[in-house]
Amino acid sequence: MRVPTKLLATTVTIGLLVGLNYLFEHGFGDFRINAYYARILNLIGINITLAVSLNLINGLAGQFSIGHAGFMAVGGYSATFVTVYYGRAIAGLFGSSLDDAVGAAVVMLISLLTGAAAAAVAGLAVGIPSLRLRGDYLAIVTLGFSEIIRVIILNIPAVGGATGFTAAIPITNFFWIFAVAILTIVIVRNIATSTFGRVLATIRGDEIAAEAMGISTTRYKVLAFVISAALAGVAGGLSGQLFANPLNPQNLNFVRSIEIIVMIVIGGIGSITGAVFGATTLTILPEALRRLDQQFPGLRMVTYALLLILMMIFRPQGLFGRRELGWTWLRRRGPAAPAAAIK
Amino acid sequence: MDTVLQQLINGLSLGAIYALIALGYTMVYGVLRLINFAHGDVYMLGAFAGYFLANALDLDASPSIAGAIVVTLGAMAICSLIGVLIERLAYRPVRHHSRLTALITAIGVSLLLEYGGQVVFGANPRFFPQMIRAEVYSVGGVQITNQNLLIIVVAIVVMFGLQFIVHRTRIGKAMRATSFNLSVAKLMGINTDYVIAFTFALGSALAAVGGVMVALAIPRIDPLMGLMTGLKAFVAAVLGGIGNIPGAMIGGVLIGLLETWLGATAYSTFRDAAAFAVLILILLFRPAGIMGTATVEKV
Amino acid sequence: MRHRSAPRILCATTTWLLLTTGLMSMVACERKSGGATDTTGAILVGFYGSLTGDGASFGQSSREGAELAVDELNAAGGVLGRQLRLLVEDDQSKPEEASNAVTKLITQDKVVAVIGEVASRRTLAAAPIAQRYQIPMITPASTNEKVTEVGDYVFRVCFIDPFQGEVLAKFAYNDLKARKVAILRDQAQDYSVGLTDSVAQHFTRLGGQVLPPVSYSSGDADFKAALTRIRSEKPDVLFATGYYSEAAIITRQARELGMKMPILGGDGWVGDALQNGREALNNTYISNHYSGDNPDPIVQNFVTAYRKRFNREPDAIAALGYDAIKVLADSLTRAQSTEGPKLRDAIASADVPGVTGQLKMNAKRNVDKPAVVQEVTYAGGKVTFIYKTTINPG
Repeated sequence: MRVPTKLLATTVTIGLLVGLNYLFEHGFGDFRINAYYARILNLIGINITLAVSLNLINGLAGQFSIGHAGFMAVGGYSATFVTVYYGRAIAGLFGSSLDDAVGAAVVMLISLLTGAAAAAVAGLAVGIPSLRLRGDYLAIVTLGFSEIIRVIILNIPAVGGATGFTAAIPITNFFWIFAVAILTIVIVRNIATSTFGRVLATIRGDEIAAEAMGISTTRYKVLAFVISAALAGVAGGLSGQLFANPLNPQNLNFVRSIEIIVMIVIGGIGSITGAVFGATTLTILPEALRRLDQQFPGLRMVTYALLLILMMIFRPQGLFGRRELGWTWLRRRGPAAPAAAIK
Repeated sequence: MDTVLQQLINGLSLGAIYALIALGYTMVYGVLRLINFAHGDVYMLGAFAGYFLANALDLDASPSIAGAIVVTLGAMAICSLIGVLIERLAYRPVRHHSRLTALITAIGVSLLLEYGGQVVFGANPRFFPQMIRAEVYSVGGVQITNQNLLIIVVAIVVMFGLQFIVHRTRIGKAMRATSFNLSVAKLMGINTDYVIAFTFALGSALAAVGGVMVALAIPRIDPLMGLMTGLKAFVAAVLGGIGNIPGAMIGGVLIGLLETWLGATAYSTFRDAAAFAVLILILLFRPAGIMGTATVEKV
Repeated sequence: MRHRSAPRILCATTTWLLLTTGLMSMVACERKSGGATDTTGAILVGFYGSLTGDGASFGQSSREGAELAVDELNAAGGVLGRQLRLLVEDDQSKPEEASNAVTKLITQDKVVAVIGEVASRRTLAAAPIAQRYQIPMITPASTNEKVTEVGDYVFRVCFIDPFQGEVLAKFAYNDLKARKVAILRDQAQDYSVGLTDSVAQHFTRLGGQVLPPVSYSSGDADFKAALTRIRSEKPDVLFATGYYSEAAIITRQARELGMKMPILGGDGWVGDALQNGREALNNTYISNHYSGDNPDPIVQNFVTAYRKRFNREPDAIAALGYDAIKVLADSLTRAQSTEGPKLRDAIASADVPGVTGQLKMNAKRNVDKPAVVQEVTYAGGKVTFIYKTTINPG
């Protein structure tokens, strides 16, 4: 039973995504999806990937990274670089072009994989020195790292420096964004319920005890960190090649990292559905509050800040805690997630 | 030659700024083991408090040293109050939660001050009143202003003052005890809540001094001015050995000299990354910092 | 049965997706009507700008200029017999937000044209949207060359950086008789990087020597290291090609280091915070789009009306915001239509007198306008820009 179920679910999902993607791009008969809502939905998808991947390191492993935007930048710039400089050549190898659906898909896949690889290497380079240390140092190092990345990008004319880096033909679309988002959720979910996930939970619970039990904590922390970075890199690659969404070093800064953190803090640190909820809310909310924000500039960030503090004081486990929101949770309102999966 | 000397002076002036802020970071970390992210923003509030006080006294039109002292003391008082409030309202409720919770709270407070500042003061930079007129002293082709000299002197005085408070006074002893072990200190009859509040008041007052002094020399003040300067000052504190008072001074000056040196080379474009690169190297090779060792007595 | 979790996530996510998409398309359907009018029958014009964030001064000035022009037009009976209505969106000085704002203005509010941005970085992010939906965009003050290269729906009413660089280089070489110059540039701003390149290129062409540019980043507050290095090279003139906020501190610290040479900057120097430079601002010059002391009645009328309405002196950015609306209104009248393609053609052939000079679109959708060089002076707590000379393109 096992293989067919998975296969079926995967096929159905891909089919659905392709169908929705068609609807987004060409509409259905006279019906067109409003481009503004489409853009917001796409941004939601990218933010889901970012939030869920950050949850792996901040939530499951209990480490604290505030440099997620840095990994996003590494991945985004590498992926876009591949498309801009080698996109035509790659598409040509497959007898296609970037304007063609097949060519674009192949280039997208290759560019995203490059972005993931580059961000993973960056994650390894940052993770090894800082994850040996306990406590708040990781936070500062990841922050510092994302600043270093920003300065380095500013100094590379090939990727536009301060002007930003634009993909000539934006090849990111609804399909890729949500395929990646779903894949990220599946990966993080599977990690959470695997032996690896339990090791991470042990480290989160008591690092000294974990070490005493013979767990090589650094190794596992670094591994989680690298996976998290790679997924952020993919999100960066999607974001950089989205229509009218050029990469810019000034955007991928500390504030962007904080936004992602607020997403997972609101949803519940450690909960995947929580991260999805947080990403969705925090992408829609500012758009819904546009008018308010215009009258009281800066109020939005003040609200985020207050939310962070109040959540930490009154509900440090987040809105959902570690629970996953699902049918079982709705019915039983008890601790759901892994336990509920057992029939 | 005079260029090298001038750069040395430039580096010292810049380093003294970092050192002044790093001292406050180190104090709070020493006692609470908390990275008070908001420290850089209290420094910003210090500059703004000074701005409003000095304008109220109309010191821009009629500069006076007495007025400057009054403004500085006023800013110190205001910031001490803010520091104590931050501790009471935000940090104390999460003190017994995990350190992660405390860290997120600290980030939240920092964001609140930065963007709250933008709402209240506006995002446009303001001009800090010249309550002490800038004067340039020139010695053999090397220039330094009285304002920069003042920063250096104040940083040194503050450092020795702090050393005295921590090592020679009753409250200093209580601070060291709290730092060593909070619950045991409590059992020994030390009012740890009071000690921690005092630490925050002192640290915030220092930030206010820094804010006013720096704003005098670099009169552009805006709500985000504490962000980068604060982070670099934190790196300075880690470099010197966090929790160690002379270490913060040394770390600050080293970062200042490094940035100045880089800014004068062909690699000036990488200057902003320098402090963070140093941080990563320090963590790799000597996590305790230059002055910090496992046995050194921490604040 | 842990292996079942993956399919369950897929199901859950697809349900979530369908729900969100469904909700959104429902909202989208409600709003389907529209077509460039609101209930009052006014013509909707979109404006996006940095009303908050580090570029707030630019957004506010250009908005005020645009609002003044809209009010004047409406008071005179509107355009095509209808009133104009300016829909303002803030982009918080972020390119991504600029894209969100422009997408909203065009696809949801159905504006007939979009005015904005000042910073080229943000205009570059949002311009492809105008191009895709065939809605003309007129940027008041984005001087980077690439902006109008995005497509034939993107216009500007200001000169471009290469010209501004030429003006500054010529002024330094011919009027200030400089032969060796140093440049301090803001590496985080494409504006400053572009202007630096163009100044260096033109000054070298004139036969002068340009020292390698020294860089800083927006937000920096200590420039003494860079300035000391420049000082040791003894240049005749120093260019600071960044924005006003840092320019003020740079001039101040340069004077503190005993550097008495003239300091030159571009139109990015125009902003309130420039007054932080105080006495150090004396002996500095900028290239600018217009001069408020120009006796031309069109300039004086604008200055008077602006002062009356906003209680302060209009800067060049405000004048450009005003001119952008004037070009749009004139084009609407000539096109006799609010349709994108027709309006586009009308703007492409615009030739309107503006506060900042004659606004005649060329084939590259830029205007060939002269630039003025102004001397900056500081006295009695106020910065004044004094007209020095006009330099024509070509």
